[in-house]
Amino acid sequence: MDILPIFSALRRHKITALLVILEVALTCAIVCNAVFLITQRIDRIHMLSGVAEHELIDIQISPISATTDSVPRMNEDLAALRQIPGVTAVASSNQLPLGGSSWNAGIKIARDQKESTLNATTYYGENMLETLGTQLVAGRSLLHDDFYDFDAVVKAGSTSDTKNMPKVAVVTQAMADRLWPGVSPLGKELFMGDNIPITVVGVVAHLVRPSFSDNAVAEYSMAFPIRMAAGRYVIRTAPENRERVLAAALAKLKQLDPKRVVLKKQTWDQVREKFFQNDRAMAGLLLGVCVALLVVTALGIVGLGSFWVAQRRRQIGVRRALGATRRHILRYFQTENFLLATIGIVLGMAMAYGVNLLLMVHYELPRLPMMYLPMGAVVLWLIGQAAVLGPALRAAAVPPVVATRSV
Amino acid sequence: MFAYYFQLGLRSLRRNPILTALMVMAIGFGVAASMTTYAVFRATSNNPIPEKSSQLFAVQIDNWGPEDTKNGEPSSSLSYTDVIGLMAAHKARRQTAMYPVGPSVIPADAHLLPFNVNSYAVYGDAFPMFDIPFLYGSGWGAAEDDGHAAVVVIARAINDKLFNGANSVGREINIDGRNYRITGVMDSWNPQPLFFDPVNTSGFDDPVDLFIPFTRAIELKMGTAGNNNCNKNSGDGWDAWLHSECIWAQYWVEASSKADADAYLRSLQGYAAEQQRAGRFRWPPNVRLRNVQEWLEFQKVVPPESKISLLVALAFLLICLVNTVGLLLAKFMRRAAEIGVRRALGASRREIYGQFLIEAGTVGLAGGLLGLLLTGLGVVGVSWVFDPKVARLATLDASLVALTLLVAVLATVMAAFYPTWRAAQVQPAWQLKSN
Repeated sequence: MDILPIFSALRRHKITALLVILEVALTCAIVCNAVFLITQRIDRIHMLSGVAEHELIDIQISPISATTDSVPRMNEDLAALRQIPGVTAVASSNQLPLGGSSWNAGIKIARDQKESTLNATTYYGENMLETLGTQLVAGRSLLHDDFYDFDAVVKAGSTSDTKNMPKVAVVTQAMADRLWPGVSPLGKELFMGDNIPITVVGVVAHLVRPSFSDNAVAEYSMAFPIRMAAGRYVIRTAPENRERVLAAALAKLKQLDPKRVVLKKQTWDQVREKFFQNDRAMAGLLLGVCVALLVVTALGIVGLGSFWVAQRRRQIGVRRALGATRRHILRYFQTENFLLATIGIVLGMAMAYGVNLLLMVHYELPRLPMMYLPMGAVVLWLIGQAAVLGPALRAAAVPPVVATRSV
Repeated sequence: MFAYYFQLGLRSLRRNPILTALMVMAIGFGVAASMTTYAVFRATSNNPIPEKSSQLFAVQIDNWGPEDTKNGEPSSSLSYTDVIGLMAAHKARRQTAMYPVGPSVIPADAHLLPFNVNSYAVYGDAFPMFDIPFLYGSGWGAAEDDGHAAVVVIARAINDKLFNGANSVGREINIDGRNYRITGVMDSWNPQPLFFDPVNTSGFDDPVDLFIPFTRAIELKMGTAGNNNCNKNSGDGWDAWLHSECIWAQYWVEASSKADADAYLRSLQGYAAEQQRAGRFRWPPNVRLRNVQEWLEFQKVVPPESKISLLVALAFLLICLVNTVGLLLAKFMRRAAEIGVRRALGASRREIYGQFLIEAGTVGLAGGLLGLLLTGLGVVGVSWVFDPKVARLATLDASLVALTLLVAVLATVMAAFYPTWRAAQVQPAWQLKSN
């Protein structure tokens, strides 16, 4: 295929050629970045939580006024909830994975360390790890004898009475890897606020935090042996029983104390869905824009292609009369589009990189992986070829007799 | 002439239906995408209290010191010690300490269940400061603040629910088992973003249901319903917590002029210096005074999603316009012969410019109408997928309609400059000869 005549023809139509190139370049730059953003969001949406996803129910209640006998009342609630048929486990916790508001603590790994090594969330509640369905990969879980009542711990904290303070904790693999890379975390000591050592006795595979914006710290979680009546109950049951158990649990709680207000009642699937709602919306929006962009670019190529063919009808006729076959004409327009698309793609890759740099600076996004660029190139080449096919076929259909007319 | 060219434009829309349809679609989609995302962006970056946003200031005081603060920036919340200290100093025209509480209202009607209300504990100054409108009655005064009075201001929705919308001023309402006298019923008041408390709400939440006096809430030991942050163990019990360095309250002041605001900032520095002298702060004064817009900016109330999607949509519009330039060029150049005839018959270049720019404007208008339809769908779709608390703020109002049409027409006319210039360059002689 002779490329030189194509170039000399394009030189006569600089602006039109430039428009096609510009369009392809802009589309390439934006689609590469948008697809990258989409995959990031999708990764986030599909993040491992480490809990028994479809088996959990969350109920939050508020007592009408603060009661002093909160722990006995909590135990009464828990016992009642446990009796509901179908319930496999119940716990009272201070927070829920992906549940939003969270309790966090700065974690240090040495006595008198000035700044925290990392910030981790702390899950309270007896039987919480088992109810959530986390997977223990090393050591042991928290046992009944490890636990202390929240109020007693607060009191002990103010008097530096170490006897009534929790002494052990279970951490996630991600957190252990960050604190003690390459070493078994079992038996290691960590410090929270005051200089009282807490021994790591167990490691769970995954457990996501109640809230986070940076995925890298999403699994810095630990379970701490504190019993707390925060009015938040987590119930585990088989997926098909959830609706029934939720209704029964609410009835039970109401029966135990009719004055309580139910603040939240939801399955954990709903919690997860709500947490990632913005990410899903964003991914959907970007996907819509990408599709629309590609369609618009394709339509633009169709439009300009038709214009071009219409303008060059006579030249095509002359070429045909001089012996060019239909195939030659078809190839000519296809090659021309390929050349323009290639220039556009090269330009677009540079722009994609630039846009990515901008996003990295302003929105703390990671670098665009190189593999997006060839993928974007292939997509744009294909779209260009598909779009130009119609006009090119019409060009190929121009009869040689046109050359003899209207001159 | 304008009317005639407009008519010509309309007629030419029908002449190359496919080309025209492509253009109208490109403009329609481009404009709709940018307008939909703009509607979300506008809602999130809205000035919630335009008349007073430069007169209301959020106060920050560093009571934790350089070890526990990030980048030297004081925390967004204050300790009880500091808000009470500032209230006692009373250096601003109006001021209020505030924090969110989550009490339950127990309806007198035994058939109704107790329900949780979205509430704040404030001082009486908050009502004139925040321009809170009243349906009945008013806020409370300094006497009630000082007396820890059991008074309450309720929202219209609560009044409708409990009193069927009747004037309930002076009547009593049971909150957490105690009676409060209603001093006022707010008319609909729902500034978005919730400028006075982005710390606990991320800026978008349901309207406030009721206000009770700050002093009363403290006396009844109502804990905060929002975030509580401590840099060290606060100790045992309510009093220890209250007088600890835990931060959970907000402080707002009103200053009517720049000079007043500067004066207040100086008094704030004075307060911090005094705390340093007293040995409570072991660091030099580190305070901030931010007005509403600065405060919302600092709290990053506009979600990054909203900014990124607006950028993406604008880039999309740009591509649609590049596309339109190409298509308009095709459309205009097909009519080279017609232009040649017009020019030969005496039309000046100027008239060709006029005709084709108006024709482009017609295309833009058609694209704008399609864009309007799609923006309408987009706004509905946004409330379907975005966080409902943010999405419900994005609406297709008169100004957005006007903007959509304006952007469509202007953008298309701008895109038409080059094609029109090409059209005006047509040589009459050449066109006449070749036909």
